Amino acid sequence: MISNKSWFYKLLPWGVTFLLVMPIIALVMSAFSVDESSSFQHLIDTVLFDYTFTTLKVIAGVLLLSFCFALPSAWFISCCEFPSRSILQWALMLPLALPPYIVAIVYTDLLDFSGPVQQFLREFMHWQSVSDYYFPDIRTIYGAMVILALALYPYLYLLLRSAFLGQSGGLFQAARTLGLSPFQAFRRVSFPLSRSAMAVGLSLIAMETLGDFATVNYFAVHTLTTAVYDTWLELGSLTTAAKISSIMLLALVIFIGLEGHSRRKQKIYQRSGATHTDLRFELIGWRKFSVLAFLWGLLFLAFILPLSVLIYYAFSYFAVSLNAQLWQYTLNSFWLASIVASLALLIGLIVNFYQRLAPGLLAKTCIRLSSLGYAVPGTVVAIAVLIPFTHLDLWFNRQLVEFGFSRVGLIFSGTLFILVIGYLVRFSAIAVGSIGSSLEQVAPSLDLASRSLGQTAGQTIRRVNLPLIKKGMLTAFILVFIEAMKELPTALLLRPFNFETLATYVYQFVSDEMIEYAALPALLIVLMGLIPFIVVNRLLEKAS
Amino acid sequence: MSPKKLFARSAAMIALTTASFSTFAEEVNIYSFRQAFLIEPIMEKFTEQTGIKVNILFANKGLIERVKREGELSPADVVLTTDISRLVSLTSQDLTQPIQSEKLNSNIPSQYRDPENQWFALTTRVRNIYSSSERIGPVDITYQDLAKPEFKGKICTRSGKHPYNVSLVASVIAHEGEANAKVWLESVKANLARKPQGNDRAQVKAVKDGLCDYALGNNYYLGKMLADPKQVSWAEAVNINFPNQNTTGSHVNVSGVVLTKYAPNKANAIKLIEFLSDDVAQQMYAEVNYEYPVKVSVQPSKLVASWGQFKADTLPLAEIAKQHQAAVKLLDEVKFDL
Repeated sequence: MISNKSWFYKLLPWGVTFLLVMPIIALVMSAFSVDESSSFQHLIDTVLFDYTFTTLKVIAGVLLLSFCFALPSAWFISCCEFPSRSILQWALMLPLALPPYIVAIVYTDLLDFSGPVQQFLREFMHWQSVSDYYFPDIRTIYGAMVILALALYPYLYLLLRSAFLGQSGGLFQAARTLGLSPFQAFRRVSFPLSRSAMAVGLSLIAMETLGDFATVNYFAVHTLTTAVYDTWLELGSLTTAAKISSIMLLALVIFIGLEGHSRRKQKIYQRSGATHTDLRFELIGWRKFSVLAFLWGLLFLAFILPLSVLIYYAFSYFAVSLNAQLWQYTLNSFWLASIVASLALLIGLIVNFYQRLAPGLLAKTCIRLSSLGYAVPGTVVAIAVLIPFTHLDLWFNRQLVEFGFSRVGLIFSGTLFILVIGYLVRFSAIAVGSIGSSLEQVAPSLDLASRSLGQTAGQTIRRVNLPLIKKGMLTAFILVFIEAMKELPTALLLRPFNFETLATYVYQFVSDEMIEYAALPALLIVLMGLIPFIVVNRLLEKAS
Repeated sequence: MSPKKLFARSAAMIALTTASFSTFAEEVNIYSFRQAFLIEPIMEKFTEQTGIKVNILFANKGLIERVKREGELSPADVVLTTDISRLVSLTSQDLTQPIQSEKLNSNIPSQYRDPENQWFALTTRVRNIYSSSERIGPVDITYQDLAKPEFKGKICTRSGKHPYNVSLVASVIAHEGEANAKVWLESVKANLARKPQGNDRAQVKAVKDGLCDYALGNNYYLGKMLADPKQVSWAEAVNINFPNQNTTGSHVNVSGVVLTKYAPNKANAIKLIEFLSDDVAQQMYAEVNYEYPVKVSVQPSKLVASWGQFKADTLPLAEIAKQHQAAVKLLDEVKFDL
């Protein structure tokens, strides 16, 4: 006999997934409607190949660079002992709080012809004009790769670090006693064991890169996202735009599917016993200094330098940028981000526990589908969300009129409701991914033990699983919170009248190259992201 | 914070925004492609004079799609745009309704409004060619000159796909036909000093930095840069030139307004549009934004007037807007931005 309650729990994950995937489906469906503008053929004939190639190149470059930044940092932090390690371990995540397009602008200001770096070089070397020397141009595809990697590597770092920390240090020790050098032991034991975390981290970064428009556009790099915007906004063909988006999504689904398939037999769980924490080896001599130089150098470039520039601007333009509304915008951003982060956390838990209690293809599909929106550019997500909800509103209002009531207007698509949905479609992937990867490390034997001791599935989740993934949950919350603080295009198009977030406010100035005026609100975005981050870190440190 | 409290708070927020649609009887809702803070002073004046509250939603992309999707329930009364192609796009998708107004007809010259009164231009802006004051000085120049070999490596511009440039290309197509326009565009691309990037201000800065000698840019940016302490030195490094004075006249674009098809506050919206076409608002557009007012009796700002009289392209804007898609496709064909 199946109770009502159990039906509810079975349907819940599908309900949630449906809500998140419905807009994407609506978008894909519009890709199949008849298109008379023949703009897809036009794109194939002209620039589609260039755009595709550039997109792949950008993604490959960002992934490679992020990998080079994140893997050594995560390894050194987890397994080595050196001065300032305890600061660096959380500080290396800080770049997440900076919106990438702001970092892009700051670096361009620093490095372009009239920027302080080239000015100094000219004065120092007595060069006169552009033709006297060579200086790498930052507004290129390589500049975009570096900036995006500096902004996004923390995702990979975060996941790898917790993977390394969760691994049994005993395995590594065993490898060492069997005659492997530290590097060999890392390559043959620790590295393969962290593959799941690596896959999740890299796919998050790939998706974010694919969905980025502001940064690549600022660097005049044209990716498929450019094609989506051009066909839709300039050629007026949403159909073609939807087609390109769908192809991008399909490629992504296949890619992630293949990756999952290739490690389908790999299962790794936390075991008790000595962890890396107890067995950290102390770095000395040149090793210590090169590790310190690498980590602090990375942190300097990714966070300290851009932040200092912002602080400098904010101070010099403090009087003009401080105004009464700023506080209201900060509150708006804060509440919106809190609501979105809480709901995303809930979604992450629901679909991941569905997968745990009823593993199989269905559950996996659920997880994949709920994460799709992350790879879709913000403005496209906004339109995708508008499609079903405006239909719902129109239908609802017609029903009301039919039954003799007066119309209530756009209660779904004209309010903050749709903004929250838009954010969830875009950012649930982060929560789903980070909860998933921490839940994966909890051995199923614990669940079995709990169930055989008479606990129900619900009690097992509450008393066994949840306490064990507390860290993953907090991480999920913070990551979504920070992303929601930074999000621009979705907010710009879906917000109700007279509603500004810090990001939309910053944009007004940035779009006119007035970064100085935007510095104070931009700093507030960073600060608001940092506060929960530091608080949670404190909590975690106390707990352990 | 407990989840319960959070949900209560979010519910309250949603309720509040819903309520904000219905509580003010006298209001008008604007979807704006123009930056809110540029038009806010004008809107404040409007509220001061009429007591009608103005709600603004600014976004630079996707507003037309939003109006379209919202259909008969759309709260938007008017849409403000920065470019002719968007006005035509709104009209051609049947998202607008005509206004019969004596005041609008007398304030706005006929070439600056739709023959069927579906859209109205409020200000005009010229696509100028800036030249380095140090290396070139003021010049008599045409858009066609930019394709000549002696300009090789001397021209800067923003992305070809920006509506301002698309309109310029569309106007060349309208004058000379697609085949000639393609040859012209290819040669201009070959003359660019760097890949198209940044906005119009960034091109002026590039001239100051010596990266190029000529830059395409709208006239009002010069005024804006002169008013900004950091950018004033960029502005002082260039001369503003009105192209094609001895031929077809300079390419002029407009910022404009439409009344939406299902405007819930139609009467207020018409009042607002009339206000925008009238002396007070036109004066403010001229003084605050350095644009050319459409109303003939209103003078441009002193600074703008000091740039002198110029001959504008007389080809109707609607004709140019017809070539919009062809222009976008041409830009792809010659891979202008790549």
